Amino acid sequence: MALRIGCAAPPGNSRNNKTGSWRVFKPIFNYEICTACGICQSLCPDACITLVNEQYTPDYAFCKGCGICANDCSTDAITMVLEEK
Amino acid sequence: MADTSVELFEPGHRACGGCGPALAARHILKGSGPDTIVVASTGCMEVFSTPYPESAWKVPWIHSLFENAAAVASGIEVALKKQGRKEHIVCICGDGATFDIGTMCISGAFERGHNITYVCYDNEAYMNTGIQRSGATPYDASTTTSPAGSASHGNRTQKKDMPAILAAHGAPYVATASIAYPNDIVKKVERAVNIPGACYIQIHAPCYTGWGFEGARTIDVAKLAIQTGLWVNYEMVDGDVEKVKKVKRKPVDEYLAEQKRFRHLFKPKRNDEEIAKIQAIADRNAANFGIDI
Repeated sequence: MALRIGCAAPPGNSRNNKTGSWRVFKPIFNYEICTACGICQSLCPDACITLVNEQYTPDYAFCKGCGICANDCSTDAITMVLEEK
Repeated sequence: MADTSVELFEPGHRACGGCGPALAARHILKGSGPDTIVVASTGCMEVFSTPYPESAWKVPWIHSLFENAAAVASGIEVALKKQGRKEHIVCICGDGATFDIGTMCISGAFERGHNITYVCYDNEAYMNTGIQRSGATPYDASTTTSPAGSASHGNRTQKKDMPAILAAHGAPYVATASIAYPNDIVKKVERAVNIPGACYIQIHAPCYTGWGFEGARTIDVAKLAIQTGLWVNYEMVDGDVEKVKKVKRKPVDEYLAEQKRFRHLFKPKRNDEEIAKIQAIADRNAANFGIDI
């Protein structure tokens, strides 16, 4: 791959890089306790939690399993479990 | 009011899981909106977000060198002005590029008063190259170039007061923020990009790899910095402090004990003399900004 002056990458194409494979612990959401406050969505460094059918849902293709969502969840609705591969 | 549902910083970037600066980048872009041109300096954020041929940014993004982000932004601002365009120009640089290497270019840009917003994500050392101390490293923090040991307590110098330096340049708006309060970042960036002239925002962004704590506790550590008074969130308009986040202060021990870079203050035995010096820094912040409730 030749690098030339003025090379540019298409916007947001880091999505090709599926960082979910880095994960050791996986966040599991319990929607019976979840109040959809949106704190997890706002604090995710990988922007991988989105609102799907009015439920905050992690995108496991990108979730690195850092655990910020589980640690800061206002109702403790998220638990981190060991990833099984 | 910024539309915070739009995500302009995409997943798939290569930051560590639990990265503070990555979280800061998301909220900076939410505040500045899609009509933004980002100018980056060399640093952790540049490296993890744009390994060629990938980019996590959904806005135009340019990187030149370590030291000249402010100069590049100045050039873009003048060129756009000539064409009658009104995009927001936001520099997003680390503390090494801001406090040490790029100070000359920043000083020039603020002196000329270009219509740019300079955002520094402050993770208090050169994390990308392996945790070397910078001008933003706090007193007594152990880094690879200020290691703690029998002859040293870690970093000997104080954290440089960069917001005050840029306020002294006559900047119309200078603010500090923390990733612990993301909505506050969005509000401050939105305010800064809409004020004509060179504005500065410094965002406290803990780096769990460099500071030595659990990645899941990134937000907790950022909150503790504010609760102990070692970081103060404030807004400065035309050189006067307008708004300060007030807290019921905790002793600095809680913040220090959490991090490996301050471990030498507690092990093998507690170093009361040095901890008292750090408490004095927090007390001075409290007195200067009146953060106590």
